[in-house]
Amino acid sequence: MTQQPHSTGTTGDSTVLEAEVTTATADTETTAAKEIVGRSPARMAFLRLRRDRASVVALTVALLFVLAAVLSPVLSGIEGWGPATPDLHGIDPDKGNFPIGAFGGISGSHWLGIEPGTGYDVFSRLVYGLRTSLMVALIAALLSTLLGVVVGLASGYFGGKVDAALNWVMNIMLAFPQLLFIIALTPVLTSAFSTNAHGGTSETLQLGSIIVIIALFAWAYTARLVRGQVLSLREREFVDAARIMGAGWKHMLFKQLLPNLWAPILISFALAVPTNIATEAALSYLGVGVVPPNPDLGSMLDAATQYYLYDPTYMVVPGVALLLVVLSLNLLGDGVRDALDPRANRA
Amino acid sequence: MSTTKSIPAQQSGEKSTSGENLLEVEDLQVHFPIRQGIVFQRQIGAVRAVDGVSFQVKPGESLGLVGESGCGKSTTGRAVTRLLEPTGGTVRFDGEDITHKKVASMRAARQNLQMIFQDPYSSLNPRHTVGTIIETPMKLNGINPEQGHKKRAQELLEIVGLNPEHYNRYPNEFSGGQRQRIGIARALALKPKLIVADEPVSALDVSIQAQVVNLLQDLQREFGLAFLFIAHDLAVVRHFSERVAVMYLGKIVEIADRETLYSRPQHPYTHALLSAVPEVDPDGADNRERIRLTGDVPSPINPPSGCRFRTRCWKAQDICASEEPPLVQLIGSADGHQAACHFPEVKQVVAPEEIPAAPASAAE
Repeated sequence: MTQQPHSTGTTGDSTVLEAEVTTATADTETTAAKEIVGRSPARMAFLRLRRDRASVVALTVALLFVLAAVLSPVLSGIEGWGPATPDLHGIDPDKGNFPIGAFGGISGSHWLGIEPGTGYDVFSRLVYGLRTSLMVALIAALLSTLLGVVVGLASGYFGGKVDAALNWVMNIMLAFPQLLFIIALTPVLTSAFSTNAHGGTSETLQLGSIIVIIALFAWAYTARLVRGQVLSLREREFVDAARIMGAGWKHMLFKQLLPNLWAPILISFALAVPTNIATEAALSYLGVGVVPPNPDLGSMLDAATQYYLYDPTYMVVPGVALLLVVLSLNLLGDGVRDALDPRANRA
Repeated sequence: MSTTKSIPAQQSGEKSTSGENLLEVEDLQVHFPIRQGIVFQRQIGAVRAVDGVSFQVKPGESLGLVGESGCGKSTTGRAVTRLLEPTGGTVRFDGEDITHKKVASMRAARQNLQMIFQDPYSSLNPRHTVGTIIETPMKLNGINPEQGHKKRAQELLEIVGLNPEHYNRYPNEFSGGQRQRIGIARALALKPKLIVADEPVSALDVSIQAQVVNLLQDLQREFGLAFLFIAHDLAVVRHFSERVAVMYLGKIVEIADRETLYSRPQHPYTHALLSAVPEVDPDGADNRERIRLTGDVPSPINPPSGCRFRTRCWKAQDICASEEPPLVQLIGSADGHQAACHFPEVKQVVAPEEIPAAPASAAE
């Protein structure tokens, strides 16, 4: 009587065992399949980014703007108006040179209307302005990230006096009243470097000085971030392990530490771009950035303040464009951060 | 006792001992300065983490270094591998004085002196594949094995019991024990003579601990490796090390071969330490005396005068406060059995079993 339940018990166990064995083999098969895929951390981050819907939308919008900026000559060619060719028949000289037609003169030939006063095509100026903004923002972000990474790595890794000196510089940069300083510095730099032989201003040099100024005030944030990361990474045992193997400082910085810093660097770069766009637009709005007749979103907004009561479209167009660019790039930056650091702030 | 005095003495001794000892540590001191002040920092004291430690390791021998947390055993290991700069004393490896050598000028010693780390989760670079991790030491030291780096790395993976096909995987795909095996493979890549193992198993599960310890033991036999095995687990050390040194507050209080130390310990601190080892022995449970130490370990910033253990020692007398007991061999004790105590006493604390301790034997 005692034996019977016992025996059924064992048969039951054996079937369970068999089931476990089959699931086990299934597991090994799936791990074998995964092995072929061989996911690196970067690949996993990309997959996570692709799953996030907001990031995908933001990426699409941002890419559209970038495409518009890159293809600005082509697009304005298709539309038929250059950024500096006035359509004198589109504005009404009797009514203060305001565009003829509703919504700022939006029509089949002027897709986003006509600029009041000058008669320039708004769409053409918008895409050219985007090109300027994105170029300035990207180059400034690249420069500030590069400088920030170098300074941050050196500061965090070498420590001691090097760290103290670099930290001092960083603190000063961070403590500066940035906007005031930029407003004061820009005309000086522009007149010092961008005056060409004929006494006029060269556009490239003017843009160059704006880029340098923006980068100059942004690198300290990246440097701080990288320094902090290096300080915490330096305590990890793999750094000691590399030292015991006989690694020099170059190997340590670029082979051991830098690969672990790509995530924060990429995030800070991704978030620096929209900030720089906004800064550049603000500078141009304040009249110390890109100056007319060169097309720019900020200076368009500045010009629109004179007309917004009678021609609000002219203000809405660059305003919305700026908002969309900055918003999409910011959302993309957030998405990149979530993808690279899945443990951070995810409920 | 100045360093200038002791250096010629060691150089004369070099010829006779260098052939015998792989590692010679003489009066090693590692002090960490304590600084105060905002702009002008001045030193107001020092944490004397390691304060006059001497020991030798012969080729192929494993020396265990035990002691409670904060006694300076890890610091000793790090000073030996030159991760930390010794404040005083000398470290000689393979006949070469490496006490104050820079990384670049001690390539040869570096190759022969490797380390296994405590935390397998932070000792492997998360952004490197297993292959890169194991190949890096070879590439850094300009070693080009005839079969190529990849083949050699896969060989090493096989030696430590991992699948060589996992060459392209990242550390996050492995368990703690497997990661520790990767760390061991990395240390073996340079074919070292001595491995400093800094608590190599204390971060692992008990069952995994045994596997890793047994792997280390196999490797020791196979390649004739010498080990400086740092641990706080007395059972693991008993299983692994032929000789054992007990540290307390930056000093070695007793050093002896395994059987002697566990069966006939002399120093009261060793007695206390051994009596704390849990033992599965129902018969002996009644007559086993458990020594409970009172108080805390004194601060290494301001260690007690004389014998450092006197503040917690039940035998302490006036002499213990005034005179520091030297680490000497007692008359009649086993060869190489040294203890630093004014009132040493041979005492059997744990059962004199010849079988290795519990966790290790469980896995076999």
